[in-house]
Amino acid sequence: MSVALHVPRYADVPASLAKLAKATPRGGIETAFDVHRDDLIAVLTELRDKHEYQQLMEIAGVDFPERAERFEVVYCLLSLTRNHRVRVHIATDEATPVPSVTGLWRNAGWLEREVYDMYGVGFAGNPDLRRILTDYGFEGYPQRKDFPLTGHLELRYSEAEKRVVYEPVQLPQDFRSFDFLMPWDGPEYALPGDEKAAPEQAGAPSPAPPAAGKQPENVKTPAVTPKTTEKPSDTGGGAPANAQATKEARKPRAAKAASEVSKKARAPRKPKGAA
Amino acid sequence: MTDTRTPDLFDEAADPPAPKKKRTVQVNVGEPLGHPHDPGDDAISNYTINFGPQHPAAHGVLRLIMELDGEIVERLDPHIGLLHRGTEKLIEYKTYAQALPYFDRLDYCSPMCMEHSFVLAVEKLMGLEVPLRAQYIRVLMAELTRISNHMLQLGSHIMDVGAMTPNLWLFEVREDTLQFYERASGARMHANYFRAGGVRYDLTDKFLDDVRDFLDNRLQLFEDAISLVADNRIFKQRNVDIGVVSKEDALAWGFSGPMIRAAGVPWDIRRSQPYEVYDRMEFDIPVGTNSDCYDRVMVRVEEVRQSAKIMRQCLDQLPKGPVGTDDRKVFPPSRAEMKQSMEAMIHHFKLYTEGYHVPAGEVYVATESPKGEFGVYLVADGTNKPYRCKIRPTGFSHLQAMDFMMRGHMLADTTAILSALDIVFGEVDR
Repeated sequence: MSVALHVPRYADVPASLAKLAKATPRGGIETAFDVHRDDLIAVLTELRDKHEYQQLMEIAGVDFPERAERFEVVYCLLSLTRNHRVRVHIATDEATPVPSVTGLWRNAGWLEREVYDMYGVGFAGNPDLRRILTDYGFEGYPQRKDFPLTGHLELRYSEAEKRVVYEPVQLPQDFRSFDFLMPWDGPEYALPGDEKAAPEQAGAPSPAPPAAGKQPENVKTPAVTPKTTEKPSDTGGGAPANAQATKEARKPRAAKAASEVSKKARAPRKPKGAA
Repeated sequence: MTDTRTPDLFDEAADPPAPKKKRTVQVNVGEPLGHPHDPGDDAISNYTINFGPQHPAAHGVLRLIMELDGEIVERLDPHIGLLHRGTEKLIEYKTYAQALPYFDRLDYCSPMCMEHSFVLAVEKLMGLEVPLRAQYIRVLMAELTRISNHMLQLGSHIMDVGAMTPNLWLFEVREDTLQFYERASGARMHANYFRAGGVRYDLTDKFLDDVRDFLDNRLQLFEDAISLVADNRIFKQRNVDIGVVSKEDALAWGFSGPMIRAAGVPWDIRRSQPYEVYDRMEFDIPVGTNSDCYDRVMVRVEEVRQSAKIMRQCLDQLPKGPVGTDDRKVFPPSRAEMKQSMEAMIHHFKLYTEGYHVPAGEVYVATESPKGEFGVYLVADGTNKPYRCKIRPTGFSHLQAMDFMMRGHMLADTTAILSALDIVFGEVDR
């Protein structure tokens, strides 16, 4: 794969990062490490103090519902002195809290609050773990993959009650999610009607396809000699066809005109029901 | 883990309050002497006020809950999320091309800079090359966006601290930039102009001439407006030594952009981690010395001049050529080509229904938006939709430091500090 050269370019990976303990390098385009959540504080402290990653730019949550530890929490660090970025990934599940890094970076508080709000990941040690982006009294964790895009509640101003009321969401039309990934191969699931194309089960009303074995050949077109049209006689054109064409020549003009007149002379049909 | 659904205003565990200074205030309201309840005996305790969510100086929908001791702000708790629209969730349900317009709606004061991070993230994952002309156009438009954003920010900041005229003048300049937006992309604000692999439309020579004319003639209005306030006594009284943040604190709070430059750190992603053709550009990075609101404003003022300088270089160096990659699996063919070629037609159809596929992987790409570092953490799973698109808003970390910056300041300084942060809620709340 080619490499895009116009994206933000920063320094090469510092050699010292190879000695980072308790962290396994993660494949990919950028420098990233997998860390167990118990070692998180130690690794991030080392990155900040020894490897000069001064700034915590982002904490991102990702949800992989098929994994046992479904959530991934990603810490994006920036070193201003070494001009490098690094990511640290940890995994957790709904029940296990992650150690908070509010002691390392002061801006971690809100970033952790956001991950908590969106995914329900707990951060042990965050002194102010409230919801941050969702509504007051919101229930559920909206960025989880199993949370519906439409949400559960909608609100409107009720003229009758003179206040804003919450109601279960009711959509006249579903969210239109088209499956564009299938076009040539077809989807993996069966579309309605596809079952007709499948071989019949024994005992089904319509006949099953012929049994495997020697199939009867189509005797009418034995493709022994190659089908070529090299001579005029092969095409079916030439003298015989010309003779046929002259036989069905156009009517003489006079005869044609006469037939037109006779058509016009015909009385118009009375409309049905007319007296 | 407790679920704090009710908005308790201040979690006592969050920050053990400093021992409150009880202030005794003498109030003489015509009470007869010797009244059993002499108001002078009352110790007035702190009280809490709401700033917003509907407040003209809140720059959108921000609710600040402020604990005041007299006029001194002792604590401040920003409640955000009132403009939360679930952009990141929506993007997971859209193809990459359909996700792009959502970025215009994040920081709606600088739409193309938002698109910039996203298209760069996609291009980094795909390993896609972009033609040189498209890179120049992107830089040109990004700097135009910076001017546009700073016109709005400077104007509203100046108005927040009490001056009216510069705002009106600066809006005139901003109007010009929005006209250029419209001429380039067809939309005044939500441009949807940058695409993975290039930009949507080429710029005409007339457009480029008019941009040059704008830089030569119209920016004088900006200089005039700034000359009204830069040395103005009242403006300085409202801004100098307000909201001072040390270099160390600026790093610890995750500041970026003009906020960290005002603190004296010469950090600019355009220079340190150059993308597109920024490494060919010659420009200066203004830094502050005092790290107060005045420095933040003046850093932005100088950035406007530097942006104009970059735009001039773009205009001078702009090469001829295509504005989109010729990889037809990513970038659609031209309309004229589609009339001729069946293949082009099929590519167009496939790109606008299924969209392009991005190979599996994850990247964090940040660019220098007018407000600071705007990043996109993109997780792709090989399909035509992003698996996860985390947006790193610039204002989020800045607003978080609001409490820290406001402590001990007067209530009236709130507007100055807030507008010097350059907050836009489309971006903070997403």
